[in-house]
Amino acid sequence: MRKFSFLLFFFFCFSSLQAKEIQVCTSCEVNSLQQAVDMAVDGDVIRIKSGIYKEHGVEILNKSIKIIGEGYPVIDAEMQGTAITVKAENFSIEGIKIINIGTSHTNDFAAILVSRSKNFRIVNNRFENIFFGILIERSSAGTISGNKMKSKSRIQAKSGNGIHMWHSEDLTVKNNEIIGVRDGIYLEFVNNCVIKENLCKDNLRYGLHFMFSDHNEYLGNTFENNGAGVAVMYSKFIEMRRNLFRKNWGSASYGLLLKEISDSELINNTFEDNTIAISADNTNRINYRHNDFISNGYAVRIRGACYKNVFTENNFLANSFDVAYTGNINENEFLKNYWSEYTGYDLDKDGTGDVPYRPVKLFSYLVNRTPEAIILLRSIFIGLLDFSEKVSPIFTPAELIDPQPQMRKIK
Amino acid sequence: MIRIKDLHKKFGSQVVLNGLDLDIEEQGIIAVLGPNGSGKTTLIKSILGMVVPDKGQIDLYEEIVIKRWKYRQNIDYLPQIANFPGNLKVMELITMIKDLRGKEARDQELIEFFKLQPYLDKKLNKLSGGTKQKVNLVLCFMFDSPLIILDEPTSGLDPISLLHLRDLIQQEKEKGKTILITSHIMNFVEEVADRIVFLLEGKIYFDGTVSQLKTNTRQQDFERAIANLLSEEYVQDFKI
Amino acid sequence: MYKILKYSFFDLTRSSWSYVYFFFYLLLGITLLFLNNDLSTAVITLMNVIIMIVPLIGTIFGVMYYYNSREFTELLLAQPVKRSSIFLGQYFGVAISLSLSLILGLGIPFVAYGLFKSAVIWDFVMLLITGLFLTLIFSALAFNIALSHENKIKGFGYAILLWLFLAVIYDGLFLLSLVYFQDYPLDKFSLIATMFNPIDLSRILILLKLDISALLSYTGAVFKEFFGTPLGAVTSMGMLILWVVFPLLRMRQVIRKKDF
Repeated sequence: MRKFSFLLFFFFCFSSLQAKEIQVCTSCEVNSLQQAVDMAVDGDVIRIKSGIYKEHGVEILNKSIKIIGEGYPVIDAEMQGTAITVKAENFSIEGIKIINIGTSHTNDFAAILVSRSKNFRIVNNRFENIFFGILIERSSAGTISGNKMKSKSRIQAKSGNGIHMWHSEDLTVKNNEIIGVRDGIYLEFVNNCVIKENLCKDNLRYGLHFMFSDHNEYLGNTFENNGAGVAVMYSKFIEMRRNLFRKNWGSASYGLLLKEISDSELINNTFEDNTIAISADNTNRINYRHNDFISNGYAVRIRGACYKNVFTENNFLANSFDVAYTGNINENEFLKNYWSEYTGYDLDKDGTGDVPYRPVKLFSYLVNRTPEAIILLRSIFIGLLDFSEKVSPIFTPAELIDPQPQMRKIK
Repeated sequence: MIRIKDLHKKFGSQVVLNGLDLDIEEQGIIAVLGPNGSGKTTLIKSILGMVVPDKGQIDLYEEIVIKRWKYRQNIDYLPQIANFPGNLKVMELITMIKDLRGKEARDQELIEFFKLQPYLDKKLNKLSGGTKQKVNLVLCFMFDSPLIILDEPTSGLDPISLLHLRDLIQQEKEKGKTILITSHIMNFVEEVADRIVFLLEGKIYFDGTVSQLKTNTRQQDFERAIANLLSEEYVQDFKI
Repeated sequence: MYKILKYSFFDLTRSSWSYVYFFFYLLLGITLLFLNNDLSTAVITLMNVIIMIVPLIGTIFGVMYYYNSREFTELLLAQPVKRSSIFLGQYFGVAISLSLSLILGLGIPFVAYGLFKSAVIWDFVMLLITGLFLTLIFSALAFNIALSHENKIKGFGYAILLWLFLAVIYDGLFLLSLVYFQDYPLDKFSLIATMFNPIDLSRILILLKLDISALLSYTGAVFKEFFGTPLGAVTSMGMLILWVVFPLLRMRQVIRKKDF
């Protein structure tokens, strides 16, 4: 133990002797980031004082350095291309503000481009008026946290993603705020990552978008008012917990769109005021537990080829339609959920309704065939129609029931 | 005073008033008689503006009446059936009508006259038919209008109240008012009426004093005189 | 007119029916809020009640009041009061007392529950507004029916039929025609068909608050324009106002010529 602490002490002394700090300010000798990077060697710290630095194409190649901004110094790329490109191990970028990244049809210009890197941290930076925000490719073991991005994207083709990850693994994306880009967080071929407590709001397309990305966890994020909600495709072993999906409105908008997802868990999420809270297409072996579906147009829409999706102990509250269903029953199950529209009774007082609940309404079939009929939603006639269908189902699958509907909201 | 010219009214296909002319210039009591369906009530209601005539003209004190409403200030009316909003108390009803008219009223005097004090706090739907009729009379007579229209004023009254009513009508007559009465109690009519207007099939069939009627029909008895009027026309309905 | 309104109103505040109606709403509000404990579902149940019960009560009450106050009316007709004042006064007497029962009956439990702190307040306000409109409309329709039918039984019959038609049958025919003509573009037709039924109009107004997310799932541009912008709310509100005005105008026409 003693030997070890001595070694540690020695190591610190050695490294502090070696590492130097480079100051950058507009009136300093070193007055640009590129200049500082060129001077730096492994282990150096570059400290940028506040001010505006008109720079783009800054490159950090194979240097393990720390860039720290003080009072958010502004790197203004003047719409000229990527601001900072990194290809290195053990580096960090902290506390700077990057603005004005130009759009392009051929290049994915980003505020920070991280390529083939390892062990990095991109923390507490600010981004404004960007094309891509943080673009990470072929990298691993990084932390991206506390960043705030704000842009005003209008056209999909002319906008990029907030945090874009491609062919990477072991990343932690935490506590970021991404507003007004194309996709808030984008993952493609990215595995073993944790996406946690981020806020994605007012983005043009998806709040979160991932494809071919397995073994990832999405925890406690908020996705609000994004053009098409959240899309999750072609992935397996996904865990989504405690996320909030809110106000994703529009005819092609979802709280959460699941397509070809398997072996995943959705637990403790809240879906509120979405046109379609969850749309599932080709999904297998998915557990939905303890989610709250509140005031959505459709809470759950199951389309074809879904097998073994199990909904247990969820709350379905005041949705226009609880479940819309296409196709066969396919071992999909609803069990022990609370349905606010359930009108059955509980004579034995065990908290479970004595009559099964049929979550699919005849009206949802009608609307599917004649979409204009939606205008008759909640009319008395439709109520009568749905009631008679519930009493003796003809059009809706008879087996599609919750045999144990709960009498009380699940806490 | 009242000048009615060429008054026509049809209910559906049934002709009720068929070119009726009537002038009333004098004060005193005028009885409007006639068999059922002869147009008595329709005539009265036309004067009151409750029925809108198809054709014709009604002037009251030189003023056109049809489709107006202010002239009713000068008319006191006793409706045939004394039914009132049941939830109101007697006093409230009286106050309300006073409020609507906005005119001086001698309601206290009349309440005493008909001995209605014990009923003032009762709801109207709790009253007997006779008491209701008394309330009806109070409402009618409490304003000092120059024209009074009484539709079957005797109905439901006990003999003592009937005497009271007769006195009241006499008093009003002495004040120089014009009083229009319909009634099927013939001796009541005979006793009070100064002039008889007899309607038949929507027209005036006889117009004159009681004695003129008796002379014309050569009958000593008033009721027989009336019956005679009808039999000459071969009218089957004797209920007048 | 105000004097008549005042007396009709006081007459009605003494009728036990107003209280029955008031307590019905009070009980409903309390049950929904304090036993169910969930605001959003309470508002949906309330909506169902409002588009069904309010028109029914308005119709029955209107017809009943008209027939029951016939003697009162005759008494008034002989007084120096304008005809239209009598009927409009009575109409507003009924409509206002019904509206008050509705607003107080539902309002008290909601206020007691602490509605003002919740976001549901606007949904609730919209419920009350449509409830008010439906009361005004259906008592006006009821007065129209009663004015045109001296026979009480017939009047009641037609009133109930009218309610049944607008509340249920109309939507049934509407749905049938939608299904039958589904190959044609129907969005304009369906919006126009909605305009001709005050119950549907009210429903749409509430849906705009409660179910906007579902309404927007339909892709048609006309719907999007209607539901996605204030246009829908403004048009529906305007149509509801017309639905009050037209029966009242007809009432005036009928009154002018009617014999009593």
